[in-house]
Parts: sequence; C-alpha cells; structure tokens
Amino acid sequence: MENTTNKILHILRGNARLTNAQIAAMLGLSENEVRAEITALEESGIIAGYSAIINEEEYDKNATTAVIQLKVSPQLDNGYDAIVRKIVQNSNVEDIRLMSGGNYDLAVTVKCENFRDVATFVTANLAPMDGVLSTATHFILKRYKEKGALFPSDSDDERSLVSP
Amino acid sequence: MINYDDILSERVKSIEFSGIRKFFGIAETMDNVISLSVGEPDFKTPWAIRRKAILSLETGHTHYTSNSGLIELRREICKYTEDTIGVRYDVKTESLITVGGSEAIDLAIRALVSPGDEVLVPEPSFVCYSPIVRLTGGVAVPIVTKRENLFKLTPDALRAAITPKTKALILPFPNNPTGAVMRRDELMEIAEIIKDTNIMLISDEIYAELTYGDKHVSIASLDGMRERTIVINGFSKTFAMTGWRLGWAVGPEPVLTQMLKIHQYAIMCSPTTSQYAAITALSSPEVRRDVDFMVSEYDMRRRLCVKSFNDMGLDCFSPEGAFYVFPCVKSTGLSSAEFCEKLIMTKRVAVVPGEAFGKSGDGFIRVCYAYSLKHLTDAFTRIDEFLREIK
Repeated sequence: MENTTNKILHILRGNARLTNAQIAAMLGLSENEVRAEITALEESGIIAGYSAIINEEEYDKNATTAVIQLKVSPQLDNGYDAIVRKIVQNSNVEDIRLMSGGNYDLAVTVKCENFRDVATFVTANLAPMDGVLSTATHFILKRYKEKGALFPSDSDDERSLVSP
Repeated sequence: MINYDDILSERVKSIEFSGIRKFFGIAETMDNVISLSVGEPDFKTPWAIRRKAILSLETGHTHYTSNSGLIELRREICKYTEDTIGVRYDVKTESLITVGGSEAIDLAIRALVSPGDEVLVPEPSFVCYSPIVRLTGGVAVPIVTKRENLFKLTPDALRAAITPKTKALILPFPNNPTGAVMRRDELMEIAEIIKDTNIMLISDEIYAELTYGDKHVSIASLDGMRERTIVINGFSKTFAMTGWRLGWAVGPEPVLTQMLKIHQYAIMCSPTTSQYAAITALSSPEVRRDVDFMVSEYDMRRRLCVKSFNDMGLDCFSPEGAFYVFPCVKSTGLSSAEFCEKLIMTKRVAVVPGEAFGKSGDGFIRVCYAYSLKHLTDAFTRIDEFLREIK
C-alpha cells in the first residue's frame, strides 16, 4: 500500500464520506493533491461512483434480493457483451458478473420491492431472453457482512467505555 | 463487629483508585455515549494467533508452564528483542514472561525498591507506577514533563530530581497518555546522567511498535545502559492482545532472578494458552503483516486527530507514539475534569481528564484514536458543537 493512489482508494473503500481535508490530514498531503488524485480516478473510471452500504431487508421487510445464475450462449464476435448490455438496462439489476466455472456464466444480482417482483423479473424478462439457456434463482436470506461492513453494525465493540 | 479500618493495611488504604475508573462510573450509566477513552486496540487479535490458541487447547496444553514461561516463547522474545532494539539477552536467565506488562512493572519495582527509596516517575504517565512504588514503602517522585518540551524527559528536569536516595527511574516512552517519544539523541542525554550513578532504569516499552516516523530506540541499546536497564514489553498493544494478559521483562540476570522469585510465589506462571498463542504472534509472517496494517491505520487516524483538534482551536501537538493524542483545553477556561464532565453530560463523548495521569496532566485531555474513522469523526462533530456552545 505504498503509493498515494493506493492509500486514497484504501481510505475511500472503508469510508467514502471523509472530506478531502480529512483524507489529506491522514496522509500528510495537501487538500489540493487529494482532490486532484480523486478527480483523476473519477475521470478515468477507476472510481465509478459512491454509495451507502444499506442493510436493505432491515430497512424494508418486503425488499427481496436474489442472485440469479444465468447460463447463456455467447455470440460470435460479441461473446457475452450483447446479452449483458440488454440485462444491465433494467434498474432492478444491481450487478452482473461473468463467472468462471462450468455451471453457469453470469451472476446477476437483482433487488426488487418484494418476492413477487423478483419472480416476475426472472420469468418475464430474463428467462425468455434470446441466448438465455437456463436460470437458477437464489434468494438472499440474511446479510451478515456487506462491502466490509458488519450487520448489525454496532454490536462489535465489546471494550469497556473507559480503560487505562 | 469487625472494624475493617483497623485491619486493612495502612499502605493499601492510602492508595486511591485510578482517576480513570472514577470517570468510567459516569460513562457507564449513560446511553449513546461515544467513547474515546479506552487504552486498547479496536482491532481483534490477529486470527493466526487465535487459531494457535485454539490448537493448543485442542492438543491439551492446559498445564502450568515453567515459572519463567515456555522456553520456546522466551527464545522468540529474545530474538524479537534483538531484532527490534539490538540488545541480546540470555534466554534462560535474562527473560521472564509475565501477566501483562503490568506485572513486569510490579516485579521490577518490588525487586528494586526498599522502604524510603525514591523512584523517579515522569508525569503525565500510565497510572500504575506511583501506587506500586508506594506499596513497597518507596517514595514516588514525579518529574513533570511539559508541553513545550513535547512531554519528553529533559536532562535538566532529571538532574534536579536525583537525590542520594534515588533508586530507579521509570522511562514510560512511547508515553500513555501524551504519545511522547524519546529519540536516540534525547536518550543519550539521559544515559549520560545515569551512567555514573547507581540508578536503575525501568523502561516501559509496551508501545514501542506504535512509533511513527523513525523506529523506536531503547535506552538499553545505548553504551553502558544494558546492565542498568530492565526492559518491559508485552503483547497487548502491538498484537491487540489485551485480554490475553501477557507481557515480558528482559534485563540483567541479578535483577531478573529476584523478579522471578516474586513471580514464582505470586503468579506461578503466565497463562499457558496465551503463551502458546504468543509464539505465533512473534514468529508468523502473517501476523507481522497484520501488525504493519494496524500501525499504518493508527498513523492515519493520529494525523486526522491532530488536525481536527487544532482546527477546533484546541492546541494539540503531534504525538510520535502510542495511540493517544493529548490536546490542551486551557483555552476553554475549564479544568480538564470540568471539561470532561461537561462534555459527557451535554454531548455524551467520553474522554479522560489529563490529571488522571498525574497532576501535571491538568489542562489536557487524553483522546484515544483506536476507533473507526466514523466513530472518530462523529465524536469530533460533537466536540466541535460543544466548544461552540461553551464559548
């Protein structure tokens, strides 16, 4: 973790709400240096965005997230890109990853308002799509850790409030 | 009816509970408290160490060890000591595994101090030195370290405190609560004064690995100092092993032999499971990476704390060791006890008043940064509000 870029990314991965001034203080840099570095990372697409880590099912009891394993037939020249480009259009799709291993090709994470909407999404949108050979839908039952954050978040510090 | 007051030891009765403990009483009755008051890492013990402890239990290592501790662990300790401070100790006769650095401090003081002897204690410092000296019948003589000297022990202050009765000098650096560190040239000045005396040094180096910038230097590594220094260290801070209660002392054989005698009768041996786990702490490359990671995290938080307090208008020098900052609250017109009490009552943020670490700590507060960045920044927001409101 030697260079500045690595250090800034490390800090942002853990907490993206720190100000440039705070990050600058932590690394012994000027605020301008930090701002320039982050801007460069954003412009080059290395940093694609910032979001909160939310315990979705805790916030909304009906919210349902599923990981759908898709087996698809890749196209000549396009590989998997053509079919992926269609799937990403749907706003319920949180992420899509092309996976190694022989059982399936794409792992698609879908978040919907309820169980029924996930079912509809799979049967109406995904399964009938050209090139999709099969789907296997796995519902998330409980979240324990998400992007490094533990749920519930505050149960982790067992230290007494004051000690020598 | 039994009158306990007549029965209890006068020396013990004359000692007060730690000022830190009093403050804990207030904090624990409240909800939604953000504490910056602990003296231990937020990280959990590296997994490789915990795994080794589990394995040792599964294998059935549940008996006493030798009084001095497992020879394999003492070998690792002596190797670690040589690697880190460049001083060689004999595994069999010059090392002793103790129940935390605290026990080693207790043993060192009891092995040296006779009634009437004076022990020099730089202050502010960790709370245990003076009470233990007084329990032996010795006299603890505080040496005040000052903000303008970055809370370092100065040659002048040391010279002024030495008398014919001076038996020992405690060197509590890197320092809890100030974060002060003694660098090589500053230690050389201390060594120059000590070398022609009969004064022993008790160098409490528990925070040695948490030194930022240049590496920690032990006074024991300076010319002529090995023979008059007991080096105390432990696993609590560096390896995030506070609950395992394991530390050590290395030093000249005649002193270590006497310390072993007390340890043998009072303790028997340090916890066996902890000792097995500690072998991994010192020998595993995986643990070394974990320690390096923890130190770099502390370092970033340290810089953030220093900037945040100075931005809020509380003068805060940049500490070079441990995991505390020690901002000055004199500009608020409050004593540090008043400051801390008002802060916890109105904003539910717990910090420790500086005078818990000696009278000279008044006017300062100890803030521990062994917390997540979110926890720290939330606390700064509350402290900033507090400072605006009391203006």
